[in-house]
Amino acid sequence: MTRYVMVIDTRTCIGCGDCVVACRTENKVPDGLNRDWVVELTRGTYPDLHTEFRSERCNHCSHATCVYSCPTGASHFWQDSNIVLVEPSKCTGCKACIAACPYDARLVMHPEGYIDKCTFCHHRVEKGLDPACVSTCPTHCMHFGAADDPSSRVARLLRTRKSKALMPETGNQPNVFYLE
Amino acid sequence: MVEELLITARANPGVDPVVHIWTWEVAVYLFLGGLTAGILCIAALVHLCGKEHEYPAAATRLPLWAPVVLSVGMTTLFMDLEHKLYVYRFYTTLQPASPMSWGSWILVLVYPLSVLQIASVLRRGYPALAAAGERLPLVTPLLDLAEKHRISIAAACVPVGVALGIYTGILLSGFSARPFWNTSILGPLFLVSGLSAAAALAILVAREHRERLAFARIDLALIAVELLFVALLIIGLSVGSRVQLAALELILGGPFTLIFWFGFVGIGLLIPLVLEAAELSGRVRLAVLAPVLVLVGGFLLRQVTLDVGQASTWQDYAVSHDPYLLERMHDVRN
Repeated sequence: MTRYVMVIDTRTCIGCGDCVVACRTENKVPDGLNRDWVVELTRGTYPDLHTEFRSERCNHCSHATCVYSCPTGASHFWQDSNIVLVEPSKCTGCKACIAACPYDARLVMHPEGYIDKCTFCHHRVEKGLDPACVSTCPTHCMHFGAADDPSSRVARLLRTRKSKALMPETGNQPNVFYLE
Repeated sequence: MVEELLITARANPGVDPVVHIWTWEVAVYLFLGGLTAGILCIAALVHLCGKEHEYPAAATRLPLWAPVVLSVGMTTLFMDLEHKLYVYRFYTTLQPASPMSWGSWILVLVYPLSVLQIASVLRRGYPALAAAGERLPLVTPLLDLAEKHRISIAAACVPVGVALGIYTGILLSGFSARPFWNTSILGPLFLVSGLSAAAALAILVAREHRERLAFARIDLALIAVELLFVALLIIGLSVGSRVQLAALELILGGPFTLIFWFGFVGIGLLIPLVLEAAELSGRVRLAVLAPVLVLVGGFLLRQVTLDVGQASTWQDYAVSHDPYLLERMHDVRN
């Protein structure tokens, strides 16, 4: 099984939102909906402040509660990897997967009625390309690759830099990491 | 330390500020599914205990309500589906990790079993309906066969009824992402509530005062157990982790305090408890109010549980739906 991860450097992210625009364009995301979003976290009390920008999306969890809660198998892992996809022809729109996601990342209700979400641009990954958000990033703060390959950039970054994932205490084993 | 998070480009309706994906349609189904489960079990238990002459309404008239209320519930459940044409996909697979998948197969067992339960008592409970039905082919042999196997049918109704009554609670408690639901007492609580609602319906269906009193006594015990389970739910959450404590706050001072305590616990449990106790002691004789309130309480339990569960979350940042941010994104794209 390949474990694809995204590693985002919060020190070089400037919160420009290009990742969001790139995703909307690449995936023709319906108006009014977003598959990824940027969070600005400010800690402290003025004038002692610390700000962090995070580009967030589906965490493509290794223990994906959304996949397990799906009654029809529409939510599934792509090609023996951790990339979580939804097959529209199996989706009844019951919304169990939305309730099952602790990150509220499975939020996009496609106007046709099936559940839509970040796919890690698997159609690009298949061709050896990075997801659209990663390849667009003007500060090159986003990295994508297979964590199992020790020579990959993401594996090296995770070995050498201090990183965090969002709420690992959910037990979902998220695969989007943030360098601090 | 002050911590503040701004969402610069999220704002997805249905998820922000909190998840609100399931509304009254699902609550109605959860309630009527539980009521159906209670009807199957209570009618079956009357037969299994050999009390069908003592409690004729529960034994012979109550079962006809099961497919009626379940069909109403299934209709509202279908209304909630967003991708309706693909509803058949529930029945092209069994997903062992998904309680919803188990539930959809349990429903396949419930309908034919409910029809058999009705068939086994139709001539006694609704003679006119039976006579009309017997003009059709195959109905007479079906009624004969079902009457002959009345006890076996009742024995099958109990486990299937329990499965139907408990699975809806397990379904919600299986969502670790929603801390208020993520407690195993929800299954038993929903089951007891379903049994209590069916006992209340039995009081309404019964014609003899003796039978009404008997089911008021049964309902009294079920309400007491339900109150115990509510207490266990509160205790379980109050000794839980950060997210469960935050979930508990939603009904202890939070926005759902009134509807939970005055609505569900007060109107749905305590008032009928007092009324039924008074009725049993012979002081009042009103019959209708208490069971109706029990049914209202059964619905409120599902609606409140659904709402509070969706408001409880692991996210601790303030997210608001801000259409302006979306407009800005739109401008950037063009």
